[in-house]
Amino acid sequence: MDGDHACCEGALAAGCRFVAGYPITPSTEVVERFSRRAPMVPGAFFIQMEDELAASITLQGAVWAGKKAMTVTSGPGFSLMMEHIGLAVMAEVPCVFVNVQRGGPSTGLPTLPGQADMMQARWGSHGDYEIIAICPNSPQECFDLTIDAFNLAEQYRVPVMFMMDECVGHMMERVIIPEADTIEITPRRYTKLPPGEYLPYKPGEDLVPEMFKAGDGYRLHITGLTHDYKGYPVMSADIQEQLVRRLVDKIRLNAPKIWRYEETAVEDAEVVVIAYGITSRVAVEAVAMARKEGIKVGMLRLIVVWPFPEDRIFELASQGKGLVVAEMNYGQVFYEVDRCARGRAPVVLAGHGGGTVHNVEAIVEKIREAHKCRS
Amino acid sequence: MSVLKELERASLSPTKDLDPSHHPMDDYLRMDRMPHIWCPTCGIGVSVNCFAKAIEKARIPLDDITVVSGIGCTGRVAGYMKVDSFHTTHGRAIPFATGLKLANPKLKVVVFSGDGDLMAIGGNHFISAARRNIDITVICVNNFNYAMTGGQLASTTPEGSVLSTSPFGNFEAPFNLPFLAESVGAVYVARWTSLHIYNQTVAMVEALKKPGFTFIEILAPCPTIFERQQKFGDGLDRLRWYCDNSIIRHGADTHDVDIKLHDPVIVGKFVDKERPTYLDSMNTHFRKRFGDRYKDYEG
Ligand SMILES: Cc1ncc(C[n+]2csc(CCOP(=O)(O)OP(=O)(O)O)c2C)c(N)n1
Ligand code: SF4
Repeated sequence: MDGDHACCEGALAAGCRFVAGYPITPSTEVVERFSRRAPMVPGAFFIQMEDELAASITLQGAVWAGKKAMTVTSGPGFSLMMEHIGLAVMAEVPCVFVNVQRGGPSTGLPTLPGQADMMQARWGSHGDYEIIAICPNSPQECFDLTIDAFNLAEQYRVPVMFMMDECVGHMMERVIIPEADTIEITPRRYTKLPPGEYLPYKPGEDLVPEMFKAGDGYRLHITGLTHDYKGYPVMSADIQEQLVRRLVDKIRLNAPKIWRYEETAVEDAEVVVIAYGITSRVAVEAVAMARKEGIKVGMLRLIVVWPFPEDRIFELASQGKGLVVAEMNYGQVFYEVDRCARGRAPVVLAGHGGGTVHNVEAIVEKIREAHKCRS
Repeated sequence: MSVLKELERASLSPTKDLDPSHHPMDDYLRMDRMPHIWCPTCGIGVSVNCFAKAIEKARIPLDDITVVSGIGCTGRVAGYMKVDSFHTTHGRAIPFATGLKLANPKLKVVVFSGDGDLMAIGGNHFISAARRNIDITVICVNNFNYAMTGGQLASTTPEGSVLSTSPFGNFEAPFNLPFLAESVGAVYVARWTSLHIYNQTVAMVEALKKPGFTFIEILAPCPTIFERQQKFGDGLDRLRWYCDNSIIRHGADTHDVDIKLHDPVIVGKFVDKERPTYLDSMNTHFRKRFGDRYKDYEG
């Protein structure tokens, strides 16, 4: 199965029953599969909307009516969705945005890979906020981590960006689908309080408020404007401070629970390669080649990229390990790594404009460079 | 006709309205949000009142109804209705409403927003939802300008109107909304002015009761901007003008109902026809395609 199809199956396994899409290469196979599967899955619904602006808000209507929902797109569509990612952040709508990345800017390379939407995923909508972004590197992970994406969305009431890339989306590999009853699914956090007592934006201890669903008799108001616990718009710096602060903190303070990364041979490493998505698979080769040359090099693969594992990067840098960031862009996650290293270690970018994966030798060259700066 | 009688009776029934401990709007409006933001003699509030009456007359339980708005003065309607309500993004109330409705077809979903919101930035969603015959009611308060942002040109602004971004007079051809709505498949299309409280309410009752994409345009004074800019006087002057210059023509050809700045306006119920809704079409289609294996989608 390829990554796009595995993502669709992962969504179904996670309980996603509503997909609003708009076709764009290389993401289309996800919705094509969903449109085939939906009629035979009870309660599942697919609609191809008129554009991405529509798709990215139709799914939010569906969430308020009680569904788990996602939309699927690639760079240009992702750009169009930005205002609604902000709405999902502000109104705290759990949902999943899949972006199968291609080369940009603009229409760029429709059929070829890129990893250059990482900062857009983080900062693309206006205002201050935090989201969660996940980068799978295999079809198996497209399945497994899509389930995680839905679970994290429900846990933190936040839009989760599922940042695939064209290679992962179109790569065919064996995907093992576990028995349904072994899959852990986070249910929506509905309130048990009766109408009158429940306040839709009063946060719990983990800073996340409980939800209600339209039609359940709560008769509440939801807005993208700055709002109080009741959900009513309030134009005040005070309320803005409380609300935005909480939206940011509910992710930042829970970040250690959200982080996911994989480390290989970092203990004795003098240089650590940091990569995510398809690039991490190329980087593994580069690490092996450099080891053969006698360079002590390890690897840190980011699975959850946002929130960023700042503490871990700082630790690695503090241990004096040179850092190489390999990504299919000319510096996005690189700047985060550089920031977190706080000058304690050299940070080198193995950048690439996209269109094809890195040349292994190019990463090895950067490993040598980082190793040299270090000694 | 029975709807009309019912309405008459209700508006004459004194008991509830005269109970001093119970404002007639208590059940429908969020009184804890009063005073509202609208200007005196603005036409939006009139429509909100009519809408509340219409919900009562259509006998829709308040728990079942959801109101969705975009952004603008009219976009604030959702925030004042005491039902599940959603104040979304500029132009996107219709796709949000589409998601609500399709995810839970038992909900009665109403979009209540401005002409700029629904027809300019949201035009693509309007025509697409009407084409698909999504079962929602769209109420568009047309005040011929972008009021909330201070009175700019809209896609409904009559030729010759002076606004802040058409300081020398508008020369663009405006949309004829009933014609647009009919041509893209709306099953119910009516236009009234703020003066037509009774007809407006009846139209809302009919639209709420009718399955499919139903559309009501309300021509409303925006005394603070549009009326003032055109030197038309205040809201009341405008209502007087509508009184003398609106022509009720039910079933009029929507081709002929476009609006000129100083000409009489044609109002009435223009379209009331049957067409399967989006979900009806989908269920019928899949039943045919898959036979007994298919269970009707009900949300
Ligand atoms: C994407 C976006 N663009 C522009 C705006 C600014 N804006 C707010 S209200 C409005 C116009 C509203 O006009 P209309 O829908 O006619 O409503 P009215 O205020 O006249 O009732 C605009 C352009 C916005 N909020 N979002
Ligand atoms: S600006 Fe115009 S539309 Fe807005 S509330 Fe005032 S009168 Fe009404």
